[in-house]
Amino acid sequence: MSSSEIPILRLGKVLLAGLLKELDDKTAVLFADELSHQVSAVGAEAVILDITKLEVIDSFAARILVEIATMARLLGARVVVAGMRYPVAITLVELGLALPGVETALSVEHAMKKLSPPGGSRVG
Amino acid sequence: MLGDMERARGEIARVIGEHRDRIAAAWVVAQESRLASPGAVDAEELREEAETLIACLREGLAAAVPLDHVVTGFPPIKNAVTDLSHRWARLGVSATAIAGAIFALKDACLEVLAEEISDIELRLEATQLIHRLLDAAGLLTFQTYVDSREEIIQRQNRQLLEISTPVVRLWRKVLAVPLIGTLDSARAQIVMESLLQAIQENEAAVAIIDITGVPTVDTAVAQHLMQTVAATRLMGADCILSGIRPQIAQMIARLGIDLSEIITRSSLADALTAAMRMVDDVSPGEDTRGESTLLNVP
Amino acid sequence: MSDRELVTTGHVCAVPIRAEDDLLAARHAVRAAALEAGFGLVAQTKLITAASELVRNCYVHGGGGSLVIEHLVPPPRAGLRLTISDEGPGMEDPAAALIDGYSTGPGLGHGLGGAKRLVHEFHLETEPGKGTTVVITRWAGER
Repeated sequence: MSSSEIPILRLGKVLLAGLLKELDDKTAVLFADELSHQVSAVGAEAVILDITKLEVIDSFAARILVEIATMARLLGARVVVAGMRYPVAITLVELGLALPGVETALSVEHAMKKLSPPGGSRVG
Repeated sequence: MLGDMERARGEIARVIGEHRDRIAAAWVVAQESRLASPGAVDAEELREEAETLIACLREGLAAAVPLDHVVTGFPPIKNAVTDLSHRWARLGVSATAIAGAIFALKDACLEVLAEEISDIELRLEATQLIHRLLDAAGLLTFQTYVDSREEIIQRQNRQLLEISTPVVRLWRKVLAVPLIGTLDSARAQIVMESLLQAIQENEAAVAIIDITGVPTVDTAVAQHLMQTVAATRLMGADCILSGIRPQIAQMIARLGIDLSEIITRSSLADALTAAMRMVDDVSPGEDTRGESTLLNVP
Repeated sequence: MSDRELVTTGHVCAVPIRAEDDLLAARHAVRAAALEAGFGLVAQTKLITAASELVRNCYVHGGGGSLVIEHLVPPPRAGLRLTISDEGPGMEDPAAALIDGYSTGPGLGHGLGGAKRLVHEFHLETEPGKGTTVVITRWAGER
């Protein structure tokens, strides 16, 4: 099933996936598919997408990100996109794509903090 | 005709070669009295400049280069003239004075040529030739002067843009850009880029854009400000706009931008207070701190 | 097309676009050229993203074609010109295709209009049955 070759880590009720430098259309679609299965199978409460390494997000990749967020929400999970590089953010805004419905965080660490209530143990 | 000119060229080359010390001395004296700030270039340097110029001129005349290209197409002369222009421009010598110095070389050469060439026809030809050559050199100094000024202006422009968009760290994880003066589209773009870059490098959670010192903005700039807010959010940070003047508020409203999505404060101090609360505040209050707008389901 | 005068082109590089797999190759070629032309990080990203949109259009709507990368070298103003062309069905209404949200394929319909905003010059030539050619230019050192 994991033909997108993007590893999806499970940390309790949180799924963590790190995207690489490049994301082609086929991989993106496969990945969205795999992720939805995993969210449902694990009963995940949140998904963190680490895009620190991703150098380009065009309208197709943006659409996939929004779809993942919508899909996850329908399955009862939040999606946090973490670590978007500043040139990517500027470009997306200029493209007119503000990723509606997608939560963001500066890094995976920040995303984790965002997801876990203080003193709670939702993560891990 | 062509023969005359070639002969004149040879004669000039010979004469200025033989009398280079005299020409140089006459030119140095002329410069010392001409330069507005005589201290700027000292006599020793003037002497060296003169010798270089004369030597190059002689070389150029002796070389197999068409006359019209002797100045611009013969590297030694071209370099000697542009070097002199650059150096003197940096010393604060005016463009007129630099060109004047080149033109003064005419007088120094012509004086010697008049004594050394007895044939009237040949002397006339040589005189014209010297004029043509040194007029071209004079023009070249102007061009060089303008170019080097242009370069300085460009560099200062860049520096000014950088200076006028300082991103400062006000608090742990809180950055601010206090903007002063008129914002144009180019500057707004630079503000956006340097602020976002600083957010990434500092992992800053909140960025404050303070526009108290900005008298007015146009539509394009208002758009840039809103884009900056949007880009900040995409990176996972929050953005606060502070010090919005009534006119700017009107402009933003006219653009049809929903202000409820933007965190605003009247002053930089208020913005900092809000930012510190946002940074210290962990999860529970999260969805009420303005970020909730990102959770809109499309 | 508001091409500036005195533009001379330096070397040229062409990338064939046949299928989706060529998208990454096209992006790499544009990145390499942008680095060579001295583009800043943001300018690079904008140009690569614009190219990505147009190259995808090229194989999705146009059935493939080519991407030509030209270096514009009138110092001190360096730039890059990308020409993406196909011999596909062309467009009925190119003006409508430039409006955000207009889409006849995958994506959010921000491809063409978005690409236009990411570059300094944008020229679209298309006719039903005669294919589509898009020429985009971005200058280094300009915002």
